[in-house]
Amino acid sequence: MFRYTAERLFQSLLVLLVLSFSVYGLIGLMPGDPIDLMIQSDPNLSQADAHRLKAIHGLDQPLFHRYRAWLGNAVQGDFGYSRNHSQPALDVINERIVNTGLLLGLSLALSLAIAIPVGIYAALHPYSKTDYAVNLACFAGISVPPFWLALLFIILFAVVLDWLPAGGMATVGDGGFLDRVEHLILPVVTLTIASVGDFTRYMRASMLQTLRQDFIRTARAKGLSMTRVVMRHAFRNALLPLVTIIALSFGRLFSGALITETMFAWQGMGKMIYDAILGNVYNLALVGLMFATALTLIGNLLADIGYVWLDPRITLSNRKPAA
Amino acid sequence: MHIAKFILATTLLFIGVPAMAKDTLVIGISQFPRNFNPNIESMLAKSYILGMVRRPFVVYDADWKLRCMLCTELPDLKKGTAKIKTAVDGKKSLTVTYTIRPDAVWGDGVPVTTKDVLFTWKVGRDRRSGFSNIEPYERVTKIDVHDDKKFTVHVNKFTCDYRTRYSIGVLPAHIETKNFANPAKYRIRSAYETDTTNPGLWYGPYRITEVTSGSHVVLEPNPSWWGKKPAFKKVIVKAIEKTSALSANLLSGDIDYIAGELGLTVDEALAFETRTKRDFDTIYKSGLIYEHIDVNLDNPTLKDRRVRRALLYAIDREAISNQIFQGHQPVANGQTNPLDTVYDPHVPKYSYDLVKAKKLLTEAGWALLRGGIRHNTKGDRLQFDLMTTAGNKSRELVQQVLQSQWRKAGIDIRIRNEPARVFFGETVSRRKFPHMAMYAWISAPEGVPRSTLHSKMIPSPDNGWSGQNYPGFANKAMDKALDDAEVVCNGEPNKAIWRNLQRIYAMELPALPLYFRANPFILPKWLKGIRPTGHQFSTSLWIEEWQVEK
Repeated sequence: MFRYTAERLFQSLLVLLVLSFSVYGLIGLMPGDPIDLMIQSDPNLSQADAHRLKAIHGLDQPLFHRYRAWLGNAVQGDFGYSRNHSQPALDVINERIVNTGLLLGLSLALSLAIAIPVGIYAALHPYSKTDYAVNLACFAGISVPPFWLALLFIILFAVVLDWLPAGGMATVGDGGFLDRVEHLILPVVTLTIASVGDFTRYMRASMLQTLRQDFIRTARAKGLSMTRVVMRHAFRNALLPLVTIIALSFGRLFSGALITETMFAWQGMGKMIYDAILGNVYNLALVGLMFATALTLIGNLLADIGYVWLDPRITLSNRKPAA
Repeated sequence: MHIAKFILATTLLFIGVPAMAKDTLVIGISQFPRNFNPNIESMLAKSYILGMVRRPFVVYDADWKLRCMLCTELPDLKKGTAKIKTAVDGKKSLTVTYTIRPDAVWGDGVPVTTKDVLFTWKVGRDRRSGFSNIEPYERVTKIDVHDDKKFTVHVNKFTCDYRTRYSIGVLPAHIETKNFANPAKYRIRSAYETDTTNPGLWYGPYRITEVTSGSHVVLEPNPSWWGKKPAFKKVIVKAIEKTSALSANLLSGDIDYIAGELGLTVDEALAFETRTKRDFDTIYKSGLIYEHIDVNLDNPTLKDRRVRRALLYAIDREAISNQIFQGHQPVANGQTNPLDTVYDPHVPKYSYDLVKAKKLLTEAGWALLRGGIRHNTKGDRLQFDLMTTAGNKSRELVQQVLQSQWRKAGIDIRIRNEPARVFFGETVSRRKFPHMAMYAWISAPEGVPRSTLHSKMIPSPDNGWSGQNYPGFANKAMDKALDDAEVVCNGEPNKAIWRNLQRIYAMELPALPLYFRANPFILPKWLKGIRPTGHQFSTSLWIEEWQVEK
């Protein structure tokens, strides 16, 4: 297990290195740069100003030289400065990561808390009216654009009913616990509706498949109650595909939800990474994306370990079986 | 909590308690400043906020008249506070004398003095400091300090805009000197970024007391402010990027006012206005943002002036303005705004005239009609690519109307849009648009359009793509008019030059003028005193005039 984990961590480091180069290269290949755009919006700036500013920001150097310099500093813990925020990149990320973790963590927990029981229930009553209703709700949740849903919620709960704030993370000058909770409700619910359908569908399909297995039939034949069969035998097996999905969502937890964050003026990672990519803020975009990737890789590793716990037949080893 | 609010509101309604004074104003804008240093990077959101916390030497007011804000008197050639010197080789240089207001102090009580001016000049001249526009600092050869408040700037070139050009964004030497110890690190170490709430950085009616990056800025009255006391005890500027969310926030009461400088577009404001006319006032102010279509003059068809004129005659800009923008975005007859003092009302105009357009096209050799599209004798189709920024709803809408109007004249338009970044960063700036590019220019009052119209400003690989004359317009008479407009400043000679400049533009049409963009200011009924300017100086520079109507 230790050897396997160490090997996977080493592989992850390689993935991160390749990713950092790819992201740096892709951002660099985008046409134009922020200084060109700055000139467009400021009639007083000359091309000489552009050349000088590009030199100051290092944008006049060949892409590979810039990447090499960034990498050299990054391995020493200096991830550079964010031109978009006038702060060190790590400071910007530290602020945002907590906000995003809170928003998406709560949304994920809420989604699972709804999806697992509803998915199991729908699987136990396949093709019933309830199952159809659940499926309909799931497809509606998957299909509805988060942008539209967010706007609908703002108009309904903030404008018409005046129950909740329209956006932001706290009331300026307040920021108490209840105030923060009030500001969390609409974005969390929006995200939950967007993701709960997927999880419910996975849970239902997985449970349905598990319930058709021989060992379930055997358990029922032994005279075990349905509740016991589901909870002790079927549920654990049905969780395996869901664990994979959750593991893949782990990186997304911290890479943010661009549309929801933008609509609710939530200071999260999604909006930050998006703006950094568009603004050619390499330092910030790289650190943000690498962080999200690292978490996805860690999530996958944890999922693999989780499989062993859920299914004792699985062992973790990179060794190929003997012929 | 909401039940309690409801009971309280109902009780107040019935017992008839007078409305409570409004102490806090929450302004919604669609952008957050990337930094707060007044000289590093020009950005609308930053100018808007800085307008409340500091004051430039000289500004254009809402009537487009020059006014002193930090100085006591406008420099003037007639009064001797500005003097032209002619060197032996005939080159003209200039001295400009300013006096800082005697009561001007930084928020920490330290007076604003010539030491600050000298320090700012030192930072501005250093090419490593990160100032975006260093040309005014490099043109200054010497500053004579007369006393703590009075100084004379020596400039190596005379231009008519001397009163605004050297109106530098003064920095507090007592705070910033240590941060400038390493000039290359100044933009990172400046107190404007590391200690933004330091009162000593500000000298406006308000000072910044809280900054939450990307979210909001809180401003409170500056006790050291020398002018009229502002009405609000707190001003919060909230950044909400999505305009749909911005208007929803206004309706919910989370913000009080959407600033026109960075708020809704005209079509969004019109839709909002029809729903909420009872609760809000909307002021539409058109200004110096000039929407137009650049024409690539390297293209043989578009090189023909008759074709360019036909293109303009064939579009009904008045109808576009009335139908799409309800008349709030006035038709432009050229790049000079009618509000500008140098505008010539007799400039040649192109009203919609389809017959004339067709006649001009026939004269230009595009006489044969096949499938409704004109062809020349060689069989070439009269077809142009019209490009603009993808995702800009207003422009895309106008583009479709133009396409259908040109079709009536037998001109086939292919719409090819690109993301703003590609469009401006590559296509327009490298002159890669094959025929026409629709976008906007921002200028300044009395600003000489040298960078967009002078033949030396045509971007090419040879000049490192410098200049913004993207159509490739080269006209000797225009070059002379531009050169003269920079140095002949007063009276009839100046007016004659500007008349000529506008006439050449209208006759030659290096670009097809569309309209001047308007900014919609959406205000609550109780907020009074906001006077939109229509130019680069934002309304926030007069925030002390904003009042709550009792």
